[in-house]
Amino acid sequence: MSVLVDKNSKVVVQGITGAQGALHTRACLEYGTKIVAGVTPGKGGQSFDGVPVYNLVSEAVQASGANVSMIFVPPPFAADAIMEAADADVDLIICITEGVPVLDMVRAVRYVKNRGKRLIGPNCPGIITPGQCKLGIMPGYIHKPGVVGVVSRSGTLTYEAVWQLTEVGLGQTTCIGIGGDPVNGTNFIDCLELFEKDPETKAIVMIGEIGGTAEEDAAEYAKANVTKPIVSFIAGQTAPPGRRMGHAGAIISGGKGTAAEKMAALKAAGIHVVTTPDTIGAKMAEVLG
Amino acid sequence: MKIHEYQAKEMLSRYDVPVPRGQVAFDVDQAVKAAESLGGSVWVVKAQIHAGGRGKGGGVKVSKGMEEVRGNAQNILGMTLVTHQTGPEGQLVKKVLIEEGMDIKKEFYMSMLVDRETQSVVVLASTEGGMEIEEVAARTPEKILRETIDPATGMLPFQALRLAYGLKVHEHDPKLIRPMTKLLMNSYQAFIGEDCSLLEVNPLVLTGDGRALALDAKVTFDDSASFRHNGRDQLRDLDEEETLEIEASEHDLNYIKLDGNIGCMVNGAGLAMGTMDIIKANGGEPANFLDVGGGVTQERVAKAFVIITKDPNVKAILINIFGGIVRCDVVAKGVVDAFKDVGLTIPVIVRLEGTNSDIARDIINNSGMGDKIQMAEGLTDAARKTVALV
Repeated sequence: MSVLVDKNSKVVVQGITGAQGALHTRACLEYGTKIVAGVTPGKGGQSFDGVPVYNLVSEAVQASGANVSMIFVPPPFAADAIMEAADADVDLIICITEGVPVLDMVRAVRYVKNRGKRLIGPNCPGIITPGQCKLGIMPGYIHKPGVVGVVSRSGTLTYEAVWQLTEVGLGQTTCIGIGGDPVNGTNFIDCLELFEKDPETKAIVMIGEIGGTAEEDAAEYAKANVTKPIVSFIAGQTAPPGRRMGHAGAIISGGKGTAAEKMAALKAAGIHVVTTPDTIGAKMAEVLG
Repeated sequence: MKIHEYQAKEMLSRYDVPVPRGQVAFDVDQAVKAAESLGGSVWVVKAQIHAGGRGKGGGVKVSKGMEEVRGNAQNILGMTLVTHQTGPEGQLVKKVLIEEGMDIKKEFYMSMLVDRETQSVVVLASTEGGMEIEEVAARTPEKILRETIDPATGMLPFQALRLAYGLKVHEHDPKLIRPMTKLLMNSYQAFIGEDCSLLEVNPLVLTGDGRALALDAKVTFDDSASFRHNGRDQLRDLDEEETLEIEASEHDLNYIKLDGNIGCMVNGAGLAMGTMDIIKANGGEPANFLDVGGGVTQERVAKAFVIITKDPNVKAILINIFGGIVRCDVVAKGVVDAFKDVGLTIPVIVRLEGTNSDIARDIINNSGMGDKIQMAEGLTDAARKTVALV
């Protein structure tokens, strides 16, 4: 079992012929992901590594039966691509693109929710169910089928945690990168709910960072609704206030969003909080005995 | 990107948001000329720096008569203004805004921003004008009015009306309800039209002559939307930015200077923050945040070395790269070559994880640089080794 994606997921890639889209589509195909269609307006009728390319998402979905979309469209057009996928009845939309204007995302997130679809990202590494389906830019080989669900706002920091879980032999059920932007489609709580329901997931790793109150909200939710153990790390304990640390959402403003506040909230909810990113795997091994 | 008050007011004017008449001045003579051309008998001289709290720091002075304008401009231009937002080192004032004086009857607070929780634009307003909104939120949260804007419809007239009545504008002057709602609607158009991430008007005032105006304005733009706003770069004030950060941004490196002595070079923002945290946990102090991004090439590493070592505090550098798509041996070779190119003299600890990390270790160990570049075994070891060097 896994959450959101598995070996049966049928994927359409939006922006399949662009540099990033092409590179990562190949890596996902190699991993065994079922990519059934691509979309690049103006290139309909062509084929990319054996994957048929269409001008419109609706055409691609109709022809291929795709139920998941992965988006590599450049920032100016990314929000439109998300909404096009939702309108074409794609259930799960994963937007990898970094640098989408926030007001575009405000519209796109509302549009997707109104149609009852799920968006992951933008500005995220994607989602992977090890051994079954890789949808994103993460290196496939560091993952291993296993028992830990991973959810994170960061990219490479997620790889760090995943690698440690693989090394201690626990592996992962599904890893979800929800992205570092202030307005995104899926939050920690959504993922905790999914992992709690998944019988194969025995424990959860949650990687947060400074900015906003998503971690505090997740802590409150977990306390009441999650029975599985959670190990958490919050990046940015040493970040100065008022500065944006790389990710658009990683900023401490008006004294809110500090790592200390988040860590305190997580601990109060019974979550195992580690203070350095090198101890995530070891802590999880200890927790799971 | 932050802009100055005078730039924010010019922007608001274009959207028919009333602001006081004013002119920016770069020296004392210009300041006096500005006051003369504005006319009247009372002016306000306002320091133009990005940080808030200018009034308390002595950067905003009401001036009665031309001599006071001259005197105040003289004092403010060239002063190092220290506010709660500048940090103790303060910010040098290079320009002032000269504005007509106002007969202020009432001050309000108003702001628009993208709220993470509702994932919408929200408009906040309060009768407690001139106060920090954080302070009002902490002490009297019931005094903050809030309208959440549906992105499908934009701000609706009744929402502006509800805010105007909520602020009890009618109790001051019923005729001001309409100008107030118009100001709010137009401000929202500016917020959307210019891709703002924050628009704060504090105070928003009612005047004795029956007007509603934005007396102050603070605007932050969403950098991701710059591509659809021509000329936005011209609004940037490089004096407000750290020299090294400007240089880094020209090379697409995400760099933020900090106060410690361990330089950091990491791929990915989250891992970069995590690396800073682990340095601190091992008793060290990071000198910077630096995300080299996905393409860890020799050129980029060399540029990053140059920028990190321009900070004289840096005594050692920790490179933490989680390979992933890029191969570790390629990164290792890039690091060694860049080290030689730049002619670094301070020691570098390298932590590489991912494909071909064994080959990478050989490349680092056989670099001919002796102990200058060392490979670490994992993240913990990397942090300990680097901290031991300084």
